[in-house]
Amino acid sequence: MTVDVRHSRHDASALSTMTRRYQEIAPGALLVGLLGVLLGAGGFTLREGEAFAYLSDESKICANCHIMRDHYDGWQKASHHAAATCNDCHVPKGLVPKYWTKAENGYHHSKAFTLQNFHEPILAQPKSQRIVQNNCIRCHGDLVEQMLAKPRPADEPFRCARCHDRVGHGPTR
Amino acid sequence: MSDPVKPASAARIRAPYVITFVVAAGLTVGVLALWRNIMTRKAEALQHVFQIVELDENTADPAEWGKNYPRQYDSYRRTVDTARTRHGGSEAFQKLDADPLWRVLFKGYAFAVDYREERGHAYMLQDQEETVRVKNFPQPGACLHCHCSIIPAYRAMGRKAGVPDSNPQEQVMRGFAAVCAMPYAEARALTDDQGQQLIQHPVACIDCHAPETMGLRVTRPGLLNGLRELAKADGTPLPHLPSIMRWRASKRVRDYDVNLDASRQELRTLVCAQCHVEYYFKKPDQHLTYPWHNGLRVEQIEAYYDDVGHVDWKHADSGSPMLKAQHPEFELWSQGIHARSGVSCADCHMPYMREGAVKVSSHHVRSPLLDPARACQTCHRHPEQELVARVEAIQDRTQALMLRAEEITVELIREIGAAQQAGAASASLETARALHRRAQWRLDFIAAENSMGFHAAQESARILAEAIDFAHRGRLALHAAPNGK
Repeated sequence: MTVDVRHSRHDASALSTMTRRYQEIAPGALLVGLLGVLLGAGGFTLREGEAFAYLSDESKICANCHIMRDHYDGWQKASHHAAATCNDCHVPKGLVPKYWTKAENGYHHSKAFTLQNFHEPILAQPKSQRIVQNNCIRCHGDLVEQMLAKPRPADEPFRCARCHDRVGHGPTR
Repeated sequence: MSDPVKPASAARIRAPYVITFVVAAGLTVGVLALWRNIMTRKAEALQHVFQIVELDENTADPAEWGKNYPRQYDSYRRTVDTARTRHGGSEAFQKLDADPLWRVLFKGYAFAVDYREERGHAYMLQDQEETVRVKNFPQPGACLHCHCSIIPAYRAMGRKAGVPDSNPQEQVMRGFAAVCAMPYAEARALTDDQGQQLIQHPVACIDCHAPETMGLRVTRPGLLNGLRELAKADGTPLPHLPSIMRWRASKRVRDYDVNLDASRQELRTLVCAQCHVEYYFKKPDQHLTYPWHNGLRVEQIEAYYDDVGHVDWKHADSGSPMLKAQHPEFELWSQGIHARSGVSCADCHMPYMREGAVKVSSHHVRSPLLDPARACQTCHRHPEQELVARVEAIQDRTQALMLRAEEITVELIREIGAAQQAGAASASLETARALHRRAQWRLDFIAAENSMGFHAAQESARILAEAIDFAHRGRLALHAAPNGK
């Protein structure tokens, strides 16, 4: 009897140590598991959304989320098709500005497309228009040097695409 | 003794775990919701048409088509909406009250009694039944060509006339001729062998779409005949209808057939031109005819009417042999810059909309001024207000010019009436009446057209300038030879 009692007392104390151990580990383990699920689901969603493709310079990936399909189609018929990809005109040069702009646009575009609450037809924001303009100058600056010599007022900026509106995406009819 | 402290410290230790857990669980739910959203968009991009019902040439009911094409059907049903724009819209206001000069201009004709702005497509059959012009004046079955989904009725009548089912097009043409010649009420009440009403729906899917392919097509005999004649009018270039120009340059082994020759972009206009055109009922069978044998311009149509001696009515005050313009939207658009640039009716009146990842052509046919972003901004990248202001500038100018044309034409009518009573020479009266016909035909061409000049701004101004000129010339004809001397 006494032996049994001692035995069971010993078992009980071992059990309670283990229980305590579990009690200490369990919440952490559960959290780590849940964070794993979150990371896994998040990574999978990014992959399904082809998010990593957006890091590339390939023009086709810009039409991934369907909205840019017309713009992509138009570009294939436009004169710049042979000379410039989407990124050449729509993101700035330089590693940091380039990926910063991609991240910023990516955030705005995915938010808009997910919530479905944007103006149609889609219009370039002032910041995007400035980026395009800078890229026009980046390649064609030598040609238009004299036109740029005279500074213009801020509310009436110089915009190549105002007249040359077909070079990027073809005629609009 | 440590008991009161212990639970509190345990809670303090547990709190960050609980918060992290809740946040992580919430984020996971969010990520999965996003994943589902991405999957939905991807699925929409792959396939967005599911065939629920079989459609064929006998499926007249648009609700059946709506089961396969719910997005298009939803917007089609919204043509019941009414809205006013500055110069038009879809509210059935009485134009004779808005501008009483038209009571004088139409005197002696049904339009002087009831002339309301037309409502949306959904009301076309109802509006026709309600207008005093149909209720109190005898009208032919020809009117139904454009106020309902009529092809099943034409086919049934063609069958009755002995054309076999193996020749459906001939059936339609024969049925068309038969229905045109009937009184309106009789045609409206036509039934098939089972006693089912043949005319039940306003314009429906089947009128513009082939049930097997959903491709656009022209079903209306009026336009099939009209375009065939227009193609033969070699004297008038039609750069905005390239398929006709190609047919003209070909060996012409067969007549121009819009359903074989026209491109999809042309059909996006021509399905509308089935009805939004100038027409008359050719005697003696009230055969609905589009008067394009010389071309589409106002004076080319007038020359045709002069050649065939067509008169719509005799003006009650002036005795002039008048022409009534119908709604020459297609003809006026043909003279404008949008037609010349390859822009179709559907581009502005049925602009593309997007639902999720699906691009749908809006079937809520209406004024582009009610949706300038979709209708105009695709090509014209200016703020909506600016675009509407540009359109209204054109329309305001047209209306100002139109009012002058109305006033001087009313004055001409008054003067012809006075000269008649004073016993003026019949030669000068005849000249003045002929000029009245010319002036009012031009005035009415712009007034009855549903864009207040926008479809072709400069052409509208030219036509109204001619109207004013002819009215003045009519007055000169009277003043040159007063009192029969």
